Amino acid sequence: MTDVVPRQGALTDPVPEGPPSSQMRDIWHQFRKHRGALFGGGFLIFITLFVLVGPYVWPFDPQQLDIRNKDLRPIYVALWDGDAKVAWIHPFGTDNLGRDIMANMISGGRASMAVGWTAMLLSLIIGTAIGVISGYFKALDGFLMRFTDLVLSLPILPLLLVAVTLFRQPLRANFGPETGMFILIVTVIGLTSWMNTARIVRGEILALKEREFVLAARSIGTKPFTIIRRHLLPNVVSPIMVSATLGLATAIITESALSFLGVGFPSDFPTWGKILSDSVPRMAEFPERVMLPGLAISLTVLSVNYLGDGLRDALDPRIRGR
Amino acid sequence: MKLKTALSCAVATAMVAPAAVAERGSDGNVNIIYWQAPSIMTPYLSGGTKDLEAASLVIEPLGRYDQDGNLVPYLAEEIPTVENGGVSEDLTTITWTLKEGLLWSDGTPVTSADVVFTAEYCMHPEGGCAQLAKFTGVETVEAVDDLTVKVTFNQPTPNPYGPFMGGQSPIIQAAQFADCLGARAPECTEANFSPIGTGPFVVTDFRPNDVIQMEANQNYRDPAKPAFATLTFKGGGDATAAGRAVLETGEFDYAWNLQLAPDVLAQMAEGGKGTPISAFGTLVERIEMNLTNPSPDLPPETRSTVAEPHPILSDLNVRKALSMAIDRELLVEIGYGQAGRPTCNLVPAPANYASDNTDCLVQDLDGARALLEEAGWTDTDGDGIRDKDGMKLSLLYQTSTNAVRQDFQALIKDWWQQIGVETELRNIDASVFFGGDPGSPDTFQKFYADVEMYANNFDGTDPQSYLSMYRCGNEPKPSSQWQGENINRFCDPAYDELLDELARTGELEKRGEIAKRLNDMLTKDTYTIVPLVDRGRVSAHSNTLGGVVLNTWDSELWNAADWYRIDG
Amino acid sequence: MFTYTLRRLAISVPTLILISLVIFLLLELAPGDPMAQVPLTVPPDVKERMREALGLGEPMHIRYFKWLQQFFIIEPMHLIDHWFGTTFAEGSQRVISWQTRSPVMDIVVQRMPQTLWVVGMSYVVGILIALPIGIYSAYKQYSVFDQAGTLVSMIGFSVPPFFSGVLVIVIFSVNLGWFPSIYDTTHVVNDWDSFNIQLQQMILPVMVLALQTTAQISRFMRASMLDNLGQDYVRTARAKGLKEGAVVMVHVLRNSMIPVVTVIALGIPAIFGGAIITEQVFKVNGIGQLLITALFANDLPMVQTLTFIFAILIVVFNLIADVLYGILDPRIRYD
Repeated sequence: MTDVVPRQGALTDPVPEGPPSSQMRDIWHQFRKHRGALFGGGFLIFITLFVLVGPYVWPFDPQQLDIRNKDLRPIYVALWDGDAKVAWIHPFGTDNLGRDIMANMISGGRASMAVGWTAMLLSLIIGTAIGVISGYFKALDGFLMRFTDLVLSLPILPLLLVAVTLFRQPLRANFGPETGMFILIVTVIGLTSWMNTARIVRGEILALKEREFVLAARSIGTKPFTIIRRHLLPNVVSPIMVSATLGLATAIITESALSFLGVGFPSDFPTWGKILSDSVPRMAEFPERVMLPGLAISLTVLSVNYLGDGLRDALDPRIRGR
Repeated sequence: MKLKTALSCAVATAMVAPAAVAERGSDGNVNIIYWQAPSIMTPYLSGGTKDLEAASLVIEPLGRYDQDGNLVPYLAEEIPTVENGGVSEDLTTITWTLKEGLLWSDGTPVTSADVVFTAEYCMHPEGGCAQLAKFTGVETVEAVDDLTVKVTFNQPTPNPYGPFMGGQSPIIQAAQFADCLGARAPECTEANFSPIGTGPFVVTDFRPNDVIQMEANQNYRDPAKPAFATLTFKGGGDATAAGRAVLETGEFDYAWNLQLAPDVLAQMAEGGKGTPISAFGTLVERIEMNLTNPSPDLPPETRSTVAEPHPILSDLNVRKALSMAIDRELLVEIGYGQAGRPTCNLVPAPANYASDNTDCLVQDLDGARALLEEAGWTDTDGDGIRDKDGMKLSLLYQTSTNAVRQDFQALIKDWWQQIGVETELRNIDASVFFGGDPGSPDTFQKFYADVEMYANNFDGTDPQSYLSMYRCGNEPKPSSQWQGENINRFCDPAYDELLDELARTGELEKRGEIAKRLNDMLTKDTYTIVPLVDRGRVSAHSNTLGGVVLNTWDSELWNAADWYRIDG
Repeated sequence: MFTYTLRRLAISVPTLILISLVIFLLLELAPGDPMAQVPLTVPPDVKERMREALGLGEPMHIRYFKWLQQFFIIEPMHLIDHWFGTTFAEGSQRVISWQTRSPVMDIVVQRMPQTLWVVGMSYVVGILIALPIGIYSAYKQYSVFDQAGTLVSMIGFSVPPFFSGVLVIVIFSVNLGWFPSIYDTTHVVNDWDSFNIQLQQMILPVMVLALQTTAQISRFMRASMLDNLGQDYVRTARAKGLKEGAVVMVHVLRNSMIPVVTVIALGIPAIFGGAIITEQVFKVNGIGQLLITALFANDLPMVQTLTFIFAILIVVFNLIADVLYGILDPRIRYD
């Protein structure tokens, strides 16, 4: 017969109800609490669906001219101006050649989002890689940073003209005029906008690698790439996030500047930036034509910013669970 | 106040009968804005319109063209003609006589030596003079006496008004430019920036590509002119901003060449501070058909050259159908408004040379479809695009980057699609498109596309050299570094023969007839060139600036001496 | 640090020469023709003569070495002549622009004032606004102030100046008539009134440009501050009883400055480069406008010289940034 020994001390603690929560779970939990991040994520999903599914729901061809219905105002203008030229069939109105603005926003968004994200990711990857390598490996620092100086000094317009001259024909032959141009534009924007990220990441790494925790990691024989991956990269996430947000905006706008200079997409291929720049002369008369693409770009960038904020907070173990 | 109004009225009447009562410099400052900034003050070192027009305020030719294209004497006593004996019977010499008592702005007299020097300056083999074409065929330029100059041509020249006529070849002062001949021309920065002239204004401060400040020329030949004491000539920005500054904010008095969509311009004009004005010259926006094959599969030696005829556009019916599908009225309405009118002619003016060809003005989509059907272009695979012998009716359509041109591209693509023609659009930065870089695939001369759109015109009122561009052999080709003016690679011996006849003919009426024939051969007979719009020039002046007469045959600022302030 | 700086300066010379060569080759390779703006009425053979007069007939390497000699030897000599009245550079050809046929450096000097006034001022204004906003937003993360700051700066950054510039012109020049829409580069400031006029004509372009600068720098400042505010040393400093102001403004700020210094240093060469679009919109006609017109006119000597001056500034300011890292964080060692 054995008496049941009453539980004492720590043993009275309730047993864990489940397995310990994983890091990913914690991150998600923290992320979910960030209202801005949720809004950002939600908006990004919405805008992505808008541009991806839009063409199937909204039957208009963005290039379809309807000259009799040109210069229609968006439907909401009728609320305060009974005489405005509106039509339910074109809820956002039409442009000066009668093209449906809704359809243009949808297909323009496709192009802008694709260019923005791809170019931003490309420049982020190159920038972070070069920044980390030159910050951590002293032997490569001089060369990589002088190379960065060189790329920073190159004038972008001649660079583009050279790229167009050399690569447009082969790309067009292999991928068709639009995809070919897309690859060219994304590559050029990506290859000419990584330098800021690289310099910023390098500066941070230079300081971080002299900290005690890196020294400690190194002294127990951790390999350089493990140090970079586990100890350095998580600590430079926030400037990278800021670069990413700003980079997305820059890429979308740079694309519009390129079409403005005649080295971008063909003129019958809408993008948000191009709709915006084409509408600037008629800004006073048709404010919606600048407001719609302007808002779309701004909100997208803002969402990415909030998403980045949320992600950064969630990834920071010091903040998490506070 | 009353007195001033009276004075302005006096100036207004002075326009009709030059009995000047106004006082020089009494109207203060006038502000001009050009959205392209002048970089130099002599048209001999830069062919750019902006430079030429800025220079026209300071240096003047012997004679100019007026708003109707008539010749009017400026520094010359009168315009020499065969009738008054100034031009020899055999058309080989022209003798100009200067007005008496003309002074340069530095107070020294203008003599025939200055005129002779001007010719010497431009014709110097190392000078790279931009207006050399004005001096084509000139054998000698000699001073007969202090006021008389005789120009001798090496062959009979029916149009002897090349040298010293129009804004392109003003007279420069021999004393100032004496050390600037030939290769030394660029070293004379001071002279190039503030030339001594005979015009109504003199430069006080020249900032290249930015702003020019001028003041009234105290030695100007009419003591009552110019009415303005100072002039500010600002450059830079874009046409929209220039229009806004004159029409909406009223900061400037005159804006040049407002290439804006008509609805934008109309909206600005509602600002009420100024008035847009327009006039027509010889500028024609056109579609050029490539008669040779631009396929990238061909080797560079034969791509877009006469060795390879175009597989689609060699067919006259296709070219004609493409032209028939275009609604030129609508193009004008969308793109140019009051500054354009539909045309079927390469030479739209002057009246003597303009053909009465109007049969392209009505859009005929059904006719175009029928024509293609008849020519064997049918849609055999049901994809909406016609084909023939396995060749799709698909075209690459290029032009320079410019908002109106991109609208035109969209409209024309749409019409062509309706007749079963597929179009790929391309727009190219103007500095590449109009540049002659033989290394670039995108120049308009190389024409690595099926059709292209741009505008061109001719200087002065005589279209002979303009029409001569389409001579056999004058096409851009690899052996000429892709330089050449026969953009379409058009070649017709009958056309060349007619050109030779034009060069021999001196009688004006006869010349007109031949020119019309030539024009028709290129347009309505062959549809090699498909003219779209006869483009006028739109400028704007503020409501307080009087005396402006828009002139497309010469510099727009040709009569700046007559401008005055209207008190509002 | 001193030897490091010296070594970097020494390396800069070959780097810069290499950069100049790469720029030169790039410009050579780019399609384009200085005759593109000459009207089509000028026949091709005349254009060919004009090209020859510009020296385009000479082989590439000769033109490159000629430019090197003109830029590195004749231009400095000319400057010395100008300062001391000597005549070293007498008779030798300076770098000549193809558009204006006048020395490039003279035009650059002429353009500096308006670029520095407008672009420089907007940069200073932008930094002065951005730093406090960044610091305070981080300190009070997710406060109303922070949220508003985020909103404004993100919208400010994602609205391109070709739109915001025209927008402020339409509002403030056309509708309200408060400020001029066209910048007068000949305006001379010599008394209070003329200073006022200068302020009025500067305010719109400075506003548009400062918005971009502020947005960018305040985001980096905020992010970096946030990273540091959670660090252990901050807790230690507070535990020591340091005043909150000292903790934030001395300890945290200093450690957060590295990315901000990088961004500011990268932006300064851009000031000299001017703001191409904003200068165009407001007709400021500074260096940015000079560069873009030269690019469109294919004025290669001008483009080459301007780009190379930017390259010098980029190299110098990146060096300064590197030196500043060492001062901000003495643990950073380069040797």
